[in-house]
Amino acid sequence: MYPGLFISLIAAALLGYRVISSVPPLLHTPLMSGMNALSGIIVIGALTTYAASPSGARIWTGLAVIVAMINVVGGFLVTDRMLRMFHRRDEQTGELEGD
Amino acid sequence: MLLTVASIIIVIAFLAGIHLMQSPETAVAGNRLGLAGMTAAILLVLWNTGSPSAGILLVVGGLIGFLLGQLVTMIQMPQAIALLNGLGGAASALVSSVAAAYPAGGEPVVFWFTAVLATGLGILTLVGSIVAALKLQGWLSQRPVFVPGHNFLLGLFLLTGTLSVLSTLIYPGRELIRLILPLTLVIFALYGLFLSIRVGGADMPIIISFFNSLSGLATAVTGLTVFSLLLTGVGALVGVAGMILTQIMCRAMNRNLPAVLGGIKVKPPEKEASPDRTGEAADPRERLPGILKGAQSFVIVPGYGMAVAQAQQAVKELIDALQVAGKEVKIAIHPVAGRMPGHMNVLLAEVGIPYDMLFELETINPKFKNTDLVIAVGACDVINPAANTAEGTPIYGMPILEVSQSRQVIVCNLDSNPGYSGVPNTLYQEPHTLTLWGDALETIPKLTAMIGPG
Repeated sequence: MYPGLFISLIAAALLGYRVISSVPPLLHTPLMSGMNALSGIIVIGALTTYAASPSGARIWTGLAVIVAMINVVGGFLVTDRMLRMFHRRDEQTGELEGD
Repeated sequence: MLLTVASIIIVIAFLAGIHLMQSPETAVAGNRLGLAGMTAAILLVLWNTGSPSAGILLVVGGLIGFLLGQLVTMIQMPQAIALLNGLGGAASALVSSVAAAYPAGGEPVVFWFTAVLATGLGILTLVGSIVAALKLQGWLSQRPVFVPGHNFLLGLFLLTGTLSVLSTLIYPGRELIRLILPLTLVIFALYGLFLSIRVGGADMPIIISFFNSLSGLATAVTGLTVFSLLLTGVGALVGVAGMILTQIMCRAMNRNLPAVLGGIKVKPPEKEASPDRTGEAADPRERLPGILKGAQSFVIVPGYGMAVAQAQQAVKELIDALQVAGKEVKIAIHPVAGRMPGHMNVLLAEVGIPYDMLFELETINPKFKNTDLVIAVGACDVINPAANTAEGTPIYGMPILEVSQSRQVIVCNLDSNPGYSGVPNTLYQEPHTLTLWGDALETIPKLTAMIGPG
């Protein structure tokens, strides 16, 4: 069990390093907010722990579900809002007339 | 087995989503691919565990996230992201500490070690990020706060925190966990507090990136605790992304991470008497219309001061006027022009400035020699030539935008005070520099009017 987990950790880190390094500085803020959304994956751990935890601990695991879900929705939403603002010069005229 | 395959597919979807963020044209699709992967992961687990009350909690969290995501403005993005970093840490700390407090029995040493480590990293990320967010929001002083023996305390917390995590290797099991877990929580919370409280405004990009990385690391370690391939894989992705950004920010600010985190004192701003040349003979402003009309190639350098003055729209109008007058305009972006990596690009995109006008430091620096006129708006340290010459100052060696190589420079800053570093800007003394002190919301429209239809 553990070897598989460690391998996934290392593999994701190495592949991630390659892919993330090629994101241009232009998009580093949306990259980071996108990473906020992805770190919301902890919601998976929160859900399973919530289902397994005794009632006394449910307040904490339930809180974890809520907090992680804020990350997921908030993270994807702000990333989307930011990315939709970026456009090239040739696209600009059309958009300005639309304003 | 099915779960493992599904997890690997989801991690690959996230990687593909990040890959699509290489270009602004595909980035929106990349983000939505990530959202699809996340939705699939959540539905998969809901279907597996089947707890109806969990669905309600998801909706509650989702609604709060939606409100936060809708209401936050672009200038507030650094504190919003700091807050989200913190919440990620909080979730890791909650999940791993509950896992350690209610073990099923027969857990291996790795379980106890990772549970306590993830708890510590999580609470450190939470407390440190909240302090950073409060500072960015202006609810705490933006200046670095030092207490007597600050470095000693940081070292002490780091040492005792590490020892309490390591103690799980010697005393694994539930007997001592009720002592070790609360101790770890307190020590790492204090470490986060003391770490963040001494970071000043302009160092924020480093600390936000660092906590972004930590939130991913905490998630990955929690994955080892609760046996989740998704958590380890995705947590590692986030951790690496944050680490890359931390490195870039450190290089751009000429800092090293141990110095920011561990205790070497970051020089606080000093109010050195700024060498003002008030005895200037003629009002330089009279020459401005001629300079503006005569120049053909322009580079605009926006700094965080522009964002503070909320002058993005005014700058956009200046650029429009220049382009209507047939001038060539580029915009130079220093990596730390905002309060987090890439912040300035977002602020300029918000007012509709096309991204193909934005140039990064390495690309634009060779072009200053052939630039007729640089207009700097609210930028100081990032254009200070002293970074190349003034050995021993905090900015020595920091890569700057070499605006002084251009034929003429107009600086539109609030005043002649040094920037965050406290090092007086020698650019102001150079003969080809014209300074316009005052609120950019007033000075920039004046420049625009001079180009005007006339």
